[in-house]
Amino acid sequence: MQTYDLEANGLRGLNETLQAQNAETNQTSWEVVNPKGSHAIAVGLDAPIEVTVKGSTGYYCAGMNQQATVKVEGSVGPGVAENMMSGQVIVDGDASQYAGATGHGGLLVIKGNASSRCGISMKGIDIVVHGNIGHMSAFMAQAGNLVVCGDAGDALGDSLYEARLFVRGSVKSLGADCIEKDMRPEHLALLSDLLERAGSDAKPEEFKRYGSARQLYNFDVDNAQAY
Amino acid sequence: MCGIVGLFLKDQSLAPRLGDMLTEMLITMTDRGPDSAGIAIYGDAKPGKVKLTVQSSTPDQDFAGLAEDLGARLGAAVDQSINDTHAVLDIPAGQFEAAREALAEIRPSVRIMSRGESLEIYKEVGLPKDVATRFSLPGMTGTHGIGHTRMATESAVTTMGAHPFNTGPDQCLVHNGSLSNHNSLRRKLRREGVTIQTENDTEVGAAYLTWKMMNGATLGEALQSSLDDLDGFFTFVVGTKDGFGVVRDPIACKPAVMAETDQYVAFGSEYRALVNLPGIDEARVWEPEPATVYFWSHNNSPTTQEKAA
Repeated sequence: MQTYDLEANGLRGLNETLQAQNAETNQTSWEVVNPKGSHAIAVGLDAPIEVTVKGSTGYYCAGMNQQATVKVEGSVGPGVAENMMSGQVIVDGDASQYAGATGHGGLLVIKGNASSRCGISMKGIDIVVHGNIGHMSAFMAQAGNLVVCGDAGDALGDSLYEARLFVRGSVKSLGADCIEKDMRPEHLALLSDLLERAGSDAKPEEFKRYGSARQLYNFDVDNAQAY
Repeated sequence: MCGIVGLFLKDQSLAPRLGDMLTEMLITMTDRGPDSAGIAIYGDAKPGKVKLTVQSSTPDQDFAGLAEDLGARLGAAVDQSINDTHAVLDIPAGQFEAAREALAEIRPSVRIMSRGESLEIYKEVGLPKDVATRFSLPGMTGTHGIGHTRMATESAVTTMGAHPFNTGPDQCLVHNGSLSNHNSLRRKLRREGVTIQTENDTEVGAAYLTWKMMNGATLGEALQSSLDDLDGFFTFVVGTKDGFGVVRDPIACKPAVMAETDQYVAFGSEYRALVNLPGIDEARVWEPEPATVYFWSHNNSPTTQEKAA
């Protein structure tokens, strides 16, 4: 286990060190102490290493992650795991706005609540939130899965493309072109796998599935006068 | 972008450290607002007196003999304490309008920063650490305080454009965001008799709340109606003589984080601002919900109006 004191040694040194690790590294386990809400902790990693952040972080923690597993023993600010490509990001506490935004792959687990715009424009990432999510979540979400064990806020899935949304609790309101859909056996299997990987004991049967009604995909000539 | 910090003490044994804690929080928010900085601090009230905090860009000239000259005009004793470009004048309660008129004549280059029984506002252009040093902010004491670091968007980088804004007795407001209907609302509020000194959008937000309260609304009701009447982005933190409130617009893209312990309620634009507060690791930390009014008060036996806030 390598320990890095962020307060003593600075952010740039941390990210340079972590980004310098590759598939052959024998330093596979890292601990970041004294994060004190700093921004851009453990961003741009591209190696199968495990990084544990001992405390809460600011903006953009674990952004652009590939391969690495980043665990945060605290809460995270806006934009956690933004544009993640692969790997895992696990947050013990809450996440602020736009968690997992534009993520292409990998798994983001938030054990507390996520606030507004969770999974906005997600492009293949899987996100599992143990608690609730805020308004405008999965806005223009294109691919991937968003699983919410609690409740969802206003305008869930507005202008949704092909991402799948699963919510166990209530949905305050659905956004434009987002509808409830049937839960088929393949969805239950998918959900079961995601919940297990995310360490949630929620039952797949308790969830409802939401997806795109696909009415906004093409221009409707009846709307011509609106432009 | 701007930075907001706020600290409302429940445990008054922390009062001697209020300035110190707020200053550290303020300086941490320098990245969010390096243009200007300001602080509103609620300290001791003197019976029968109102504090008038004034500012001058030529303090040596303007503050010399100011207390005597103003006292002569008001026909009462006025005390004065100078702090760099600011001075606090203790005037008799109920004499604010007379003092404002007198000041405009005897010291036309002096600007009024705030008025109130316990409120003092200090703000200037410059890095937050420099502003904190010139006013000796760390040494200030009080029951609650609000600070702001500014990155200007809607009006010029000037002392008068810095936050906090005070538009009514013991009221102050700081803002992260931008209001888009401030010009029409300013015209409307001026017609209603509310004094607005600048072309800044935030001052209009503050004046709007003052106007609502002048017409009988509680602070809570005023904040609630701001959600309908103000167009734009805002996270507001407001102070009153006994209270401390927070509201975010329904879109809530301007960041906010709060922490509460048995000793205090704290606000920061980012968690970074809160990390050195006592007991923060055990605090309840949360992000305030959009379009939701939060309010705390020191008043143990609130009036119906305060209770409704």
